[in-house]
Amino acid sequence: MAETEILLQVQDLKMWFPITQGIVVQHHTGDIKAVDGLSFFIRQGETLGLVGESGCGKSTTGRAILQLYRPTGGDVYFQGQNLTKLKGEPLRLMRRQMQMIFQDPYASLNPRMTVGDIVGEPLEVHNVARGRELRERVMDLLEDVGLNRYFVNRYPHEFSGGQRQRIGVARALAVGPKFIVCDEPISALDVSIQAQIINLLEEMQQKYHLTYLFIAHDLSVVRHISDRVAVMYLGKIVELATRDQLYFDGRHPYTKALLSAVPIPDPAVEEKRQRIILTGDVPSPANPPKGCHFHTRCPVKITGTCDVTDPEFKDIGNLHWVACHRVS
Amino acid sequence: MTTPEITSQQKAAQRLSERQGKPANLWLDAWHRLLRNRAAALGFILIALLLVTSLLAPLVAPFHYAAGDSSEAHTVPAWLIDLLPGNVASYAKVSSKFLFGSDYLGRDILSRLIWGTRVSLPVGFIGAFTALLIGLVYGCISGYYGGKLDNLMMRIVDIMYAFPTMLLIILMMAFFKSTFADVRPGTVAATFNAINDVIDSVMGLPGGGMLFIFLGIGITAWMGMARLARGQILSLKEKEFVEAAHMIGAGDGRILLRHILPNIIGPCIVAETLAIPGYINTEVFLSFIGLGVDPPTPSWGSMISDGAATLRAYPHMVLFPALALAITMFAFNFLGDGLRDALDPRMKGTS
Ligand SMILES: Nc1ncnc2c1ncn2[C@@H]1O[C@H](COP(=O)(O)OP(=O)(O)OP(=O)(O)O)[C@@H](O)[C@H]1O
Ligand SMILES: [Mg+2]
Repeated sequence: MAETEILLQVQDLKMWFPITQGIVVQHHTGDIKAVDGLSFFIRQGETLGLVGESGCGKSTTGRAILQLYRPTGGDVYFQGQNLTKLKGEPLRLMRRQMQMIFQDPYASLNPRMTVGDIVGEPLEVHNVARGRELRERVMDLLEDVGLNRYFVNRYPHEFSGGQRQRIGVARALAVGPKFIVCDEPISALDVSIQAQIINLLEEMQQKYHLTYLFIAHDLSVVRHISDRVAVMYLGKIVELATRDQLYFDGRHPYTKALLSAVPIPDPAVEEKRQRIILTGDVPSPANPPKGCHFHTRCPVKITGTCDVTDPEFKDIGNLHWVACHRVS
Repeated sequence: MTTPEITSQQKAAQRLSERQGKPANLWLDAWHRLLRNRAAALGFILIALLLVTSLLAPLVAPFHYAAGDSSEAHTVPAWLIDLLPGNVASYAKVSSKFLFGSDYLGRDILSRLIWGTRVSLPVGFIGAFTALLIGLVYGCISGYYGGKLDNLMMRIVDIMYAFPTMLLIILMMAFFKSTFADVRPGTVAATFNAINDVIDSVMGLPGGGMLFIFLGIGITAWMGMARLARGQILSLKEKEFVEAAHMIGAGDGRILLRHILPNIIGPCIVAETLAIPGYINTEVFLSFIGLGVDPPTPSWGSMISDGAATLRAYPHMVLFPALALAITMFAFNFLGDGLRDALDPRMKGTS
């Protein structure tokens, strides 16, 4: 990888959702700390996988980066520009550079619009093309993502999940973005179709030099597509490393637990695979545990340290970050 | 890769080439589904007939609604006399001049029913129209912008809801009738009266006081729609396709008009179609208690009220307006139910 240029830099990103009570006057009684202080960067052209259990804040991270939610704190630098400070027209123009592919291909396409209108809307909004030209470009885009160009006049309900996800990809690509957040783009699809969409995303990445933040809830999916992987637990990143570092030398006890759940293709090794079963439930992000968020379920916690102080998210060498008191 | 995914795509492409370039139209599909539903089609035809009747009232009605001679009061047509309960034949005048008989002033009941459609139908449509206009805009703003504004706007609706609607209308109508009854030029009331006169004369019902009925019904009709629209929007604005629209940089106006409204307008139209009988009923009730249209304007409600006084002796005076009312209500209910089925998203794509 020659692309050492950093495209996206996230610093201490926080996204808290206020909890309010009251019928007439609303009192602020607390916060759901969905994302609580993330720092990482993504290089031009790479794919960063973001993995974690359901509800740990992965989607919220993606949305806060794209400014679909305005972050409670922290900064997001995209090509050196701080997105959290952008408003109105400049932010709208910035949307040409960043896009999102959604998890649910059934909910992410407006049932009342034709495929042509859906894919063409970004071009229309940004005044890129009109009339015949717009239609031609939409047809080209459909062909690009492996659909028939004459699908423009049809409605989303006429398509299968995989085809709908292709339409979603075409919409995201329409205005030529540099960076795309893929929020579990294959979780809702049939296993047989998942590989096709992954291949499509990789193909598009090559063709248009895209940078991805690829969100998934298990390590086996991101393994294939990611250059680096971040593991998230309850609003925080606990480990971030290159794919191989993480898979062969994962240090955080949570990462190890997740890795132990990934089936290994080699039957001999698979037989010896020991699953680490985590006990207990994920605590609520409205009331996260004191100290290390993971200590309530950690098999190797140090009483007196882990439940008191928050471990620092530090580089243990070769850009391998871990947040754990056990790792130095 | 020869997976089911690809082959299904090829099949789809083939199907498409059969109707190439011809876009599917969701609203047209819904229309066809509506016509295939017998009850709904019947309702639609009845409503269309009523509309034509009301438009052509002067041509269709055998007499003018106010024309009558008291010497011909309370006549019963010959075909009806044996069907009525009691011994009507012993005291009633029989006359074949009036198909449905005449009322206590000798006015033709059929003609008054026909002219009465000019009161009932507009009341129903204006009620639905103002409810959609005010309620939809109000609900959209409240639901879409949310937060404190939503809270405030919905509390206002709650307060208006807590007040009995019928009582509110009665108070309002009583207020209109007393305050706007007799005015000097240049006042607000005079302006309202001038507008009212224009509306009355356009509708061919001079002195009917239609504006005040429209106002009374319109002002109380929108709250339900506001709540419905807000609820729909609250669930829709969290949908991923709305988020996708934000993501591509679409503005609030575009999101509301192109993404949200087309998805909620169906249920809202269904709700209002089903609410029309209620508006018609309200006007009938107001006219029944004398707070509706001013005589001699023929409202089905005032006709029922006139007939109620002599219900035992001349039941036909109540029978016909009540039947007309019932048929109209059925028609709107059939149509509303049919619309709901036709617009149901689960039905989409089925043939
Ligand atoms: N708009 C919101 N308002 C309040 N709380 C929210 C909101 N969005 C998300 N949350 C909360 O934030 C936490 C993280 O949610 P998020 O959707 O980011 O999880 P996720 O990791 O994407 O999970 P999944 O794998 O299920 O998609 C959850 O506890 C969720 O309830
Ligand atoms: Mg998610």
